[in-house]
Amino acid sequence: MNTLTAAWDYLTDATHWNAEGGIWDRLGEHLFLTVVCLLLSCLIALPVALVLGHLGRGGALAVNISNVGRAVPTFAVLVLLLLTPLGTKGEWPTIVALVLFAVPPLLTNAYVGMRGVDQDTVRAARGMGMTGRQVMFHVELPLALPLVLTGVRIAAVQLVATATLAALAGGGGLGRIITAGFNLASTPQVVAGAVLVAAFALLVEGLFEVGHKCVPSWARGRTG
Amino acid sequence: MTAPPDDCLARNDWICGAYLSSRREILLDAVLQHLHLTVVSVLLGLLVAVPLALAARRWRWAAGPVLGLTTVLYTIPSLAMFSLLLPVYGLSASLVIAGLVLYSLTLLVRNLLAGLRAVPEETRQAARGMGYGPVRLLLGVELPLAVPAAMAGLRIATVSAVSLVTVGAIVGHGGLGNLIYTGMNSYFKAQVLTASVLCVVIAVAVDLLLLGLQRLLTPWTRA
Repeated sequence: MNTLTAAWDYLTDATHWNAEGGIWDRLGEHLFLTVVCLLLSCLIALPVALVLGHLGRGGALAVNISNVGRAVPTFAVLVLLLLTPLGTKGEWPTIVALVLFAVPPLLTNAYVGMRGVDQDTVRAARGMGMTGRQVMFHVELPLALPLVLTGVRIAAVQLVATATLAALAGGGGLGRIITAGFNLASTPQVVAGAVLVAAFALLVEGLFEVGHKCVPSWARGRTG
Repeated sequence: MTAPPDDCLARNDWICGAYLSSRREILLDAVLQHLHLTVVSVLLGLLVAVPLALAARRWRWAAGPVLGLTTVLYTIPSLAMFSLLLPVYGLSASLVIAGLVLYSLTLLVRNLLAGLRAVPEETRQAARGMGYGPVRLLLGVELPLAVPAAMAGLRIATVSAVSLVTVGAIVGHGGLGNLIYTGMNSYFKAQVLTASVLCVVIAVAVDLLLLGLQRLLTPWTRA
């Protein structure tokens, strides 16, 4: 039987969706990992980036951390964490790895956004008697918002990809359907899992695209 | 019965000199495979990206679809990308290379296009005034001026490729990723750490090499 029709049959079989550890379960795990880790990484990265950007300190760190994040293989970090004592604590290695790879784009984009605010505007705000805190929250942050949101979007897409890889290192999520397919030497299942993962990633990207269209035009910025 | 040897291999330490010396051959093979997969896929990516970028610049209607399609490809997670190519290539090195080529396209096309578009119109007109035809203009003026932007894309694409090769372990062609994968299954800490560190070393070395190449290619940017 043709691989694609077999993959289609896999996807249209209700038992594959509803079974224990079926597609719905994996989708739930994937969504949970993505959302929780996105929130965690925003909580960690954004305050640091906003303060550093406001003070104009630590620029080399904030910009280079993205390059470092790119050079370190995600798969290697997942496996390294799995072999540490953390590896016995359920989903924690996955969560830590996901956060580690989502922080760099958030940090870099938010920092660059804060530093990119026109210094004349900042001086004008100071001249009007605004305190540092007011300048940060009412002037710099709104103007830096487009880049901050770009960072969130890149981080979200990165999270979906990393959560998929987590399956290679025994984690949950949609990647499990693919790895199980490889273990069963079932190409249709591998393809079906890959289609699900790709659709999920594109859906997340698409949601940000739609959200981007809904925000007021001043917050969109030039880069998308 | 002899007592088990009490060396770092038996203790399963993270850092182990005995591992390095006893597995030198395996490590070298893995590094070479890793480099081979990276270099071939980035070069193929460049070969595809140049005509795509030129087409996107030449015909305005082509720019949207080309950029859109490469962005969509970049959004697909690596594990899914390799899996989608499985029916086409089977469990082979070609599968990993094809996946990496598709990833590198986004960065290369985007940066090439940005570089070509940044060439000042005056420069183009000056070259035309000096009697440059379209081909000479492209090869002698526009492409060299686009080199800094293109090289920035090439560096990011190459570093990403070095890191993504490891995922190829799922089909048994992942260079150092294979060692990480087998090390994970046998809980072999020294092997996982050594292979991971080597991956990062390769990425940094390749990046510096390309930076040096860029300096050589664009002597005019050094003030």
